[in-house]
Amino acid sequence: MVQMRKTTYLQALNEALREEMRRDERVFIMGEDVAYYGGLFRVTRNLLEEFGPQRVMDTPISEQAFIGMALGAAAVGMRPVVEIMYMDFTLVAADQIFNQIGKYAYMTGGRVYLPLVIRGQQGGGKNYGSQHSQSLDSLYAHFPGLRVVAPATPYDAKGLLKAAIRDDNPVVFLEHKMLYFTTGEVPPPDVDYTVPIGLAEVKRPGRDLTLVTYSYCLLEALAAAEELAEKYGIDVEVVDLRTVNPMDTETIWASVARTGRLLAVHESYANCGVGAEIVARAYEEVPHLLKAPARRLGMPPVPIPVSRPLEQEILPWKRHIMATVLEMMHERVAYA
Amino acid sequence: MSVVKTITSSQERKRGWSISLAPDLLPVEVPPPFDVPPLSVEVLQKMYHVMLLIRRVEEYLLDAASEGRIGGAMHTAIGMEANAVGAAFATRPDDYVTCTYRGHHHAIARGLDPGQVIAEVLGKASGCARGKGGSMHMVDPEHGLMGTNGVVAAQVPHAAGMALAARMRGEDRIALTFFGDGAIYQGVMHETFNIAAKWKLPVIFYMENNKYSEMTPIWRTSAIEDLYTFPKVYGIESIRINGNDVEIVHAAVSWAAERARSGEGPTFIEAITYRLAGHMAGDLETYRTPEEREHQRQADPLLVLRQKLLDRNVTEEALARIEEAVAQDLARAVEFAETSPWPDIAEAYTDVFHL
Ligand SMILES: Cc1ncc(C[n+]2csc(CCOP(=O)(O)OP(=O)(O)O)c2C)c(N)n1
Ligand SMILES: [Mg+2]
Repeated sequence: MVQMRKTTYLQALNEALREEMRRDERVFIMGEDVAYYGGLFRVTRNLLEEFGPQRVMDTPISEQAFIGMALGAAAVGMRPVVEIMYMDFTLVAADQIFNQIGKYAYMTGGRVYLPLVIRGQQGGGKNYGSQHSQSLDSLYAHFPGLRVVAPATPYDAKGLLKAAIRDDNPVVFLEHKMLYFTTGEVPPPDVDYTVPIGLAEVKRPGRDLTLVTYSYCLLEALAAAEELAEKYGIDVEVVDLRTVNPMDTETIWASVARTGRLLAVHESYANCGVGAEIVARAYEEVPHLLKAPARRLGMPPVPIPVSRPLEQEILPWKRHIMATVLEMMHERVAYA
Repeated sequence: MSVVKTITSSQERKRGWSISLAPDLLPVEVPPPFDVPPLSVEVLQKMYHVMLLIRRVEEYLLDAASEGRIGGAMHTAIGMEANAVGAAFATRPDDYVTCTYRGHHHAIARGLDPGQVIAEVLGKASGCARGKGGSMHMVDPEHGLMGTNGVVAAQVPHAAGMALAARMRGEDRIALTFFGDGAIYQGVMHETFNIAAKWKLPVIFYMENNKYSEMTPIWRTSAIEDLYTFPKVYGIESIRINGNDVEIVHAAVSWAAERARSGEGPTFIEAITYRLAGHMAGDLETYRTPEEREHQRQADPLLVLRQKLLDRNVTEEALARIEEAVAQDLARAVEFAETSPWPDIAEAYTDVFHL
């Protein structure tokens, strides 16, 4: 058994980058402030010192160009990792991501493929307002050709980032600004492990209801589950999707088979979101498992406000999760 | 009385820019910083073969489109062949190339089998992208063609990334990207100029200035006439050439490639050229007069090269032999493409990811 140690999500990501760059010289990093400063959120700190400016490159504020260049480098055999300071800014390069990167393998009949990672943080909770807080997982998951990963724990963050770098396809790797300083058990540096892309995990077993979530919402969901158990005796099973696309419905359905109830929670917009997708698939694929209507909880259709109480109002976090679960369990009474 | 004045086409021409190829309107002189040594007649004859083959393939494709056998947007480079052939002969097979939706000429010039080009445009299984890409998505990694692109200027940073990769690996490969005059006003173009210049990337930016962006002459939308001056702001060596003379194109790209390989960084080439066919199959060409087109036909790169060969004592018979060989190449390519099967239906679902 590997001796685990406690470390932060931030440190786990930094280690993943370092270890992959040591392992494979085709891996390199581009982005704004990543080299000399070490990344606005310090994810790339000290990498310049070890790998030099040829492999850790500060770019100008030109997202279209450097994401497009990542495509070019990946097309000819490199493994670029680009950092986007706030995932909101990927929209500036939407053509490169959706029209180019996501379609390249297909449009070329598989002649060219793109082992690249676009990573950065998203999400609310720190009063950054409308253009620095949104979650784009549902948007990215909507398109074919992009793997979308959104780990919540340091262990998963490290294992999935390594897997993303080793994957031969484009991966949009979504971190969350509320997660960077959270801690968890991770094997020591240089104990090589990966977490497979496309595999969900039950993070808390329970009997009454399956709550599927990912990224920072996982922590809110786990906290909600504890309180629901304590105060109401409701036993929620929390499934961490970890990868949004491709979606591991097998693990979700196995859980729903045990609980008969399904709630999907995420911080991207509920409207046309991942939760809507999970619920729709449940009705298409496993309607017989549902004892009560499946539901979703996401952001309401408003831009994200700065003011603390306003932002807290709309984030689909613990308070909303508990309220939704209670409503759903009330339905149990009604249906019984 | 209407306050909107009608602009006649001759007035338009007066208001438009003078850069042209046809004899009375020569390209604005930019003294080339490189020599244009005459190429051997052997090489020129090979170039003539490839240029004529491109022309014949695209004429066939226009016919097929008018018969309704090709859907979508199909763009030909009729009249622009010298740019592709001169550049391909001046670079190595392991150099990287990206270009626009107008890319059949580059694909064939790089060495992609014309049968595969036609098959791809027809959507056949034997196409270079197995029929999934079509006319706008030629690809041939074995000859360095990493993709042609449907979005104006999107391919430009891709080439810069390939140049970066080559440099990181310590290879002396270069990347070459082709785009139109209209692409100069895409932001990503300027983003890429800056990075390529700052990082001294071994990349050549090659503008095929055919004077129109779709149905609109570039002078109608551009604030400046001398497009090749833009990259100079970023410190990029930038020149304007006659893109209809394959020897000049060859010399310019050879020079730029040498600069790139020896670490001197990017070069921008504005090649003045002219598309003799419509922007795409089915273009009504209401935006220009037949006279204008016929006038420009005097500078048809195939005529220019043919005359060059005659002037250098290549006989009519020798040229006729090339023309016959091209006819056979075309017949073979058409036969190959037309008799190729459609892709298996299961192919619709593959290649989204590399497995
Ligand atoms: C971003 C984008 N906008 C618009 C178009 C539609 N479009 C296709 S070709 C073209 C004109 C481009 O002109 P130019 O760059 O001069 O190239 P040319 O077609 O003349 O070779 C336009 C506007 C496009 N493909 N991509
Ligand atoms: Mg043009």
